[in-house]
Amino acid sequence: MNIATTSGPFTHASSTVQKTMVTVLLALIPATAFDFYLFGWPAILLFTVTVGSCMAVEAACLALADQPVKAVLGDYSAVLTGWLLAMSLPPWAPWWVGVLAAVFAIALAKHAFGGLGQNVFNPAMVGRTVLLVSFPVVMTAWVVPHPLFSSGAPGLADAIAITFGSHMPDTVSAASALGYVKTELSRGIPVTQSMAQVPDLMDMVLGYRAGSLGETSAILILAGGLFLMAKRIISWHIPLSVMGGLFLMAAVFHAVDPARFTSGTFHLMSGATFLGAFFIATDYVTSPVSKKGQLIFGIGCGVLIWIIRTFAGYPEGMAFAVLLMNGLTPIIDQYTRPRMFGRNRKGEPLPLVKEKP
Amino acid sequence: MKLFSIRGGVHPEYRKEQTSEKAIVALPMPRLLYIPLQQHVGAPAEVLVAGGDLVKKGQMIARSQGTISASQHAPTSGRIVSVTDVAAPHPSGLPQTTIILEPDGKDEWAELPEPIADPFAADLQLIRERVARAGVVGMGGAVFPAAVKLNLGTQYKLEILLVNGAECEPYITCDDRVMREYADEVIDGARIVARVMGAPRVVVGIELNKPQAIEAMTKAAAPFAEVEVVGVPALYPMGYAHELILAITGRETPAGKRTAEVGVVAYNVATVRAVHHAVRFGRPLITRVVTVSGGAIREPKNILSPIGARVADLIEFCGGFSAPPARLVNGGPMMGEPLPSLEVPVVKGTAGILALTAEETNAQAASPCIRCGSCVTICPGGLSPVEMAAFIRKDNLEAAARLGVMDCISCGSCSWVCPSHIPLVHYFNYAKGALNDQERERRKSERVKTLAEVRVIRVEKVAEAKRAAMAARKPAAATAAADAPPGNATASTAEEKTNA
Ligand code: SF4
Ligand code: SF4
Repeated sequence: MNIATTSGPFTHASSTVQKTMVTVLLALIPATAFDFYLFGWPAILLFTVTVGSCMAVEAACLALADQPVKAVLGDYSAVLTGWLLAMSLPPWAPWWVGVLAAVFAIALAKHAFGGLGQNVFNPAMVGRTVLLVSFPVVMTAWVVPHPLFSSGAPGLADAIAITFGSHMPDTVSAASALGYVKTELSRGIPVTQSMAQVPDLMDMVLGYRAGSLGETSAILILAGGLFLMAKRIISWHIPLSVMGGLFLMAAVFHAVDPARFTSGTFHLMSGATFLGAFFIATDYVTSPVSKKGQLIFGIGCGVLIWIIRTFAGYPEGMAFAVLLMNGLTPIIDQYTRPRMFGRNRKGEPLPLVKEKP
Repeated sequence: MKLFSIRGGVHPEYRKEQTSEKAIVALPMPRLLYIPLQQHVGAPAEVLVAGGDLVKKGQMIARSQGTISASQHAPTSGRIVSVTDVAAPHPSGLPQTTIILEPDGKDEWAELPEPIADPFAADLQLIRERVARAGVVGMGGAVFPAAVKLNLGTQYKLEILLVNGAECEPYITCDDRVMREYADEVIDGARIVARVMGAPRVVVGIELNKPQAIEAMTKAAAPFAEVEVVGVPALYPMGYAHELILAITGRETPAGKRTAEVGVVAYNVATVRAVHHAVRFGRPLITRVVTVSGGAIREPKNILSPIGARVADLIEFCGGFSAPPARLVNGGPMMGEPLPSLEVPVVKGTAGILALTAEETNAQAASPCIRCGSCVTICPGGLSPVEMAAFIRKDNLEAAARLGVMDCISCGSCSWVCPSHIPLVHYFNYAKGALNDQERERRKSERVKTLAEVRVIRVEKVAEAKRAAMAARKPAAATAAADAPPGNATASTAEEKTNA
């Protein structure tokens, strides 16, 4: 019988780290499955390579640090990182993109900081960003959807050639909506005109457009996000404030100059807005712990996404915006601690409001 | 009634159904009773009996001493076996002076103080004395002497007596049963307490997961306009007095202050019932209702136990263990303490004895914090457990103190919710203990410093006096010596004595 002196409680919620991670993975399955259908075998191969690499790198780092490999791999955090990473890569990118991104994400962004819970920056976004900066051409080689089993879709053999042989068919590449509008704008074509060429919003919502896995099928990503909220894995604070911040910035500027700025709705529906708002910005480790901090963090992300998309050289700003806000998280945490019971914000005891007898 | 929301809180599995429908049953008198001299906050009682003495039921066997203390009484008639050291029901299991009583089976009452026929007309001081004499202490866990608390009414202007029937700890149902079975006694006791404290209103707060108790209490309270029964949301730790007061009155007790300073005093239901017994019948506090439950108990029960029965006696009465318990708990699973052994006695503050299976405790090895923020969201104290724990892990106690670790009420919610199973409360208890020790050390060294300074001054003064005395012998210096007071050295010695 265990009678060691220890503190309570002697009961516990059923929550575990593993359950949390698995629930997030479950929420990603519908969108991922649909994307596999849209982009076919090359996407499936790249996804497998990326997730597998993340697990392998995690195992190697743990072994190097003399930590229990099996127990820690079992928390599925590396799988989740790999999964999100795969969803942010161009679906037909070659295999080494996935492997390199995994090394940066797991070894550099996670284990160099001390492993799970210690990292400041979102590992998947670090992986994606390093690759985007180093290999901009490969990382922006989007393809239009080639649904599985449709005519013209690559079979398994073609897919192996695409993923492992870098035989990217030239004819299929396409710009994402955000990229297209941006390029056109730089050529002097106003938004009002170029918008006519991008897929209509309905297609964008359903996902029938060029982009990374996570950029397409917005509606399924949204469904997954709502599922996570229902399961209380995430709360509304970050997703809503990310989307709110982005939408408001876009809507205000669009109202002022529609020829220069795209609309709020377009911003919400394009790029990786939903994936970022529900799955990336909400990463526990790299976002603030208090609800108030999460709101500030989310609004910051939303505003930065809009700024980067609108003024910087990259059409999509989600990853950069999240990384920038990750860096601010410790400071946000420090200034958004809850008010203590019976004390004011400064930590002094509340004054006695009741008059003395 | 409009309720106010409290911050944070969790919904642990209540698991009260194991005992909630079981009426209170009396424990058959054990072969021996073990009555510790200290079952309360404050000074231990002073023993009045010795081995071989014969005592009657209700006879005072240890008398309250000092301003904060409580008397102990014989729970039945019998012979005192000895007064000796026995392991206390505290996690340390350290021995404590205990009176061992061998019941004679006759259960003969001693002569009790005259009952107070009309407590609503009687002299207040008389009622206070009765409660003090009966050795009543807070039975909800605080074990603060009830009579001392009664005096708060003379220091503060009180508006509400809050009767705490929240019983938010999982498994525990003793207050629920008392309210269902003895609602009239609880209401009467509450009205007496309210009168003594000068509180014009009585509010009984009961969690909504106890509808029968709410019904019974509402019925019992119906004749009395000043008494109101309020159902509060079942949200742990609603039963913590500050939270319940906030929920019912909207008043937030400032840090470091007593609830009386916002006009409210809280009493547990079992405590006001004990007051009822003391005042109406002159009966001392010699029994209490204990919930014995948990997955490893064969037949969970609500037991009316004499103070001093061993935990083993109660468990035996419940048919023993049905499975090897993974954890024995004194109290509820959230704030209770590990039981050091089955040999320790039931005391006035024992609300529950739990024998939990491994499945129930769901203890798991801790893994790294994933910064999920759940602990911050649910902390009723508005603290940031994740950050405090991080500082304590680095042994930076000052930083943890700045974040408010001393305000932590050890409610256990953060540990309960943590997906990484980090023993946060254990960290905080450690930090609180260490910080308290540091504070004590600091005070001590400050005092030593003052003493040393005093000594230097005294030595100087003595030397001065000597010089003056020497000078006085010389007539020429007589005037200089005049302002050295003659009693100086003696005064210093007296000062040293009071300081020592
Ligand atoms: S144990 Fe302390 S820190 Fe944890 S939830 Fe309760 S009051 Fe907050
Ligand atoms: S609940 Fe546990 S894992 Fe979550 S932030 Fe708090 S300490 Fe970290």
